[in-house]
Amino acid sequence: MKTQLRIGAVAAAIAAALIFASPAQSKGTLVFCSEGSPEGFQPQFFTTGTTFDAVSVPMFNRLVEFETGTTNIIPGLAESWTASPDGKVYTFKLRKGVKFHSNANFTPSRDFNADDVFFSWNRMADDNHPFHKLTAGQTFAYFDDMGMKNIVDKVEKLDDYTVRFTLKRPEAPFLADMAMDFASILSKEYFETMQKKGTPNAADVYPIGTGPFEFGSYQKDAIIRYKAFDKYWKGRPKIDSLVFAITRDATARYAKLKTGECQVMAFPKPADLDEMRKDPQLTIQQKEGLNIGYIAFNVEKKPFDNKLVRQALNLGTNKDAILKAVYQGNGQVAKNPIPPILWSYNNAVQDYPYDPAKAKQLLTQAGYPNGFELELWYLPVTRPYNPDGKRMAELIQADWEKIGVKTKLVTYEWAEYRKRAKGGEHQAIMFGWSGDNGDPDNFFVPLLGCEAVKGGGNNARWCNKAFEDLIIKAAQTPKQADRAKLYEQAQVIFKEEAPWITVAHSVRFDPLRKEVQGYKMDATAHHYFDKADLAKTPAP
Amino acid sequence: MLAFLLRRIVLIVPTFIGVTLLAFALIHLIPGDPVENISGERGMDPARRERLLHEFGLDKPLPVQYIEYVGQVLRGNLGTSLTTHEDVSTEFLTLFPATIELAFFALLFSVIVGLPAGIVAAIKRNTVADYAVMGVSLTGYSMPIFWWALLLILFFSVYLGWTPVSGRISVEYDVPATTGFMLIDTLRSGDFGAFRSALSHLILPSIALGTIPLAVIARMTRSSMLEVLREDYVRTARAKGLPRWQVIVVHALRNALIPVITVIGLQVGLLLSGAILTETIFSWPGVGNWLIHGVQSRDYPVVQGGILLIATIVITVNLIVDMLYGVINPRIRHA
Repeated sequence: MKTQLRIGAVAAAIAAALIFASPAQSKGTLVFCSEGSPEGFQPQFFTTGTTFDAVSVPMFNRLVEFETGTTNIIPGLAESWTASPDGKVYTFKLRKGVKFHSNANFTPSRDFNADDVFFSWNRMADDNHPFHKLTAGQTFAYFDDMGMKNIVDKVEKLDDYTVRFTLKRPEAPFLADMAMDFASILSKEYFETMQKKGTPNAADVYPIGTGPFEFGSYQKDAIIRYKAFDKYWKGRPKIDSLVFAITRDATARYAKLKTGECQVMAFPKPADLDEMRKDPQLTIQQKEGLNIGYIAFNVEKKPFDNKLVRQALNLGTNKDAILKAVYQGNGQVAKNPIPPILWSYNNAVQDYPYDPAKAKQLLTQAGYPNGFELELWYLPVTRPYNPDGKRMAELIQADWEKIGVKTKLVTYEWAEYRKRAKGGEHQAIMFGWSGDNGDPDNFFVPLLGCEAVKGGGNNARWCNKAFEDLIIKAAQTPKQADRAKLYEQAQVIFKEEAPWITVAHSVRFDPLRKEVQGYKMDATAHHYFDKADLAKTPAP
Repeated sequence: MLAFLLRRIVLIVPTFIGVTLLAFALIHLIPGDPVENISGERGMDPARRERLLHEFGLDKPLPVQYIEYVGQVLRGNLGTSLTTHEDVSTEFLTLFPATIELAFFALLFSVIVGLPAGIVAAIKRNTVADYAVMGVSLTGYSMPIFWWALLLILFFSVYLGWTPVSGRISVEYDVPATTGFMLIDTLRSGDFGAFRSALSHLILPSIALGTIPLAVIARMTRSSMLEVLREDYVRTARAKGLPRWQVIVVHALRNALIPVITVIGLQVGLLLSGAILTETIFSWPGVGNWLIHGVQSRDYPVVQGGILLIATIVITVNLIVDMLYGVINPRIRHA
């Protein structure tokens, strides 16, 4: 019996050792713990950052791109470009010698050229394009959302390496739009080859691009594998392969980062940041977010049709206290609707100071000497621009109580919240926005423009003629310096009219292990690994 | 037996109608819709919203949508996911092996540990061993899965470094999914390291998911054993001078197992529902993880199709258990 026991114990120990021995990480593989599965592998169909991170960022390029870490526009597949003086014609000179990826079904016979640009654009823009509708339910959502059909009139191929975009109206943010994920360049030859083989859909499932990494394989909801593209036009990435380990739970992502199962993680929980900072194995990169968290007053409803009331509540809100309690220092007080990292940010604008006495005075002036009662809708979920909507609402409720405004806090399930908000049911509502591209237009028009009242993006339902004229004019003015002046004026009007309380711009964080080198945080919340490398001797 | 089977099969029809109706009603009751989910913080042009609702078939009255849905299901078509545009049954079948693998190992764990624990508790009644087994199983039963799973990860993976945190296999192994069962696929690939990695990834999720069934099985085995041990034939067996283990295993356990097997069968439903939480925490690419995401993105066809398929499996397993019940205990007649 004893011998049997001993043999059993030894066998168990061997089995345990075999199972528990941690596998050595293969060299040159960087593992990124991503937050979810991509909806698909086609950059034109989808709208989520998760999909862009997995598709357009590693595998595709655009004509122009954002310089990593900034919102500056730099040449991508276009070497250079010119805009006509009236701002309606953009001519792009394309880069020569750019190679497309290959896979088991496709080996490119030619380099990237104007045909690919023409194909990629018209596939989205032309309803009669043979590849416009391949899959049931598929839409070109971002292209449609950005209203590109109303902006671009036509695209022409002037020669193999020159394309011309003619716009319906001058639209200065056009270049920034072209740097966005949906404007990624596909291979025309690939789609045609797959069509000849009788499987045109395959071209949307197994991606072929010009980006730094080639598609390897995908196990649904588990792992995406990429390999470095040797012929990448900017030079081969330093790592040999890139793996996305899909890990939906933020706590599990953090645990994997700690144990070295991944080297970079997406979207840490704010509550974990302090502990992460103390971990000698980790570094945390941070960047001011391209975002704004705000409270919008529905100016279509009483008492917010009165500017004095809106100003009074601005004066009666202690934003510093909110920053401390809600953002725990990971944010900055906002005074404008755009964050300070965006050009045209008007630093001369004076914010409303926290002044309850003055607030009361304004309320009396507005005809509410005894205050009033109102509903404040607060966010039911954590968003990148607001870590804790409820806590923020409670603080504001207490602040407003002091100036005689009795606040009832209300919330709904997130989808219902947005639906009701877009219908304009609210009085005062907590909301926010993360920018899509580095153009101020991307904040002003979708959030405060008159058209956005209809679409529901303008939660204050505030349509001010002077402001609207300025932002429309700015969008049609070619020179950035001239545009900046117009946006600066718009910010002055915005502050005076006070349709929002601009609460905060949050800070974003990318935690990574010490052995990761050369990784740079992006300004638009994407994760770029083309310049990342792993130290030769990984930390234990 | 045949009559019993027929009766059960006839009963399945209203059950299916109930399941489709419930799944359809529940997902439509949750506020928001898939189009709302697409637009996010951004506004959406009302015309585009209408167009998308029309494309998804959501502009029709609910009863019409339901009837169309049932019609599709009867033709064997569960629809297409609104987010990935892929066929729902294809997605389900791709992910289901991962869930079966996890559920199987969770059940194996709960039986291997729960059964002996229950037997020990019964034969050592009112001793420390009994109290320990019952106390621990009650604790395990009461513990929320997500919390228990996180505790396991923090202790075994982060603190001790014994097991991987999450996933199905270490990223260094790229094993082609031929069967979808990672252990079988890794064995077929002949890479022992990959097999070892897959096995080590199964440990924590199996424990997390198997804990509640373990508690149920242990407690059921104990009470069933206690009952049987009081029977005359057991006393007779003892009086005949049979060895103690023979009395327990041959005479008592065999009869005590009947209710236990029913309970084990019932755990399948519990395992599949528990898998939803376990898979989310352990990033286990199974149908639970997929369903949760479907609910979050209001992907109606995914949620309806997923629930229907899971319900089918639970109903089938229960039917099989009922039949097994008769096989193990011939005294039970399915007349």
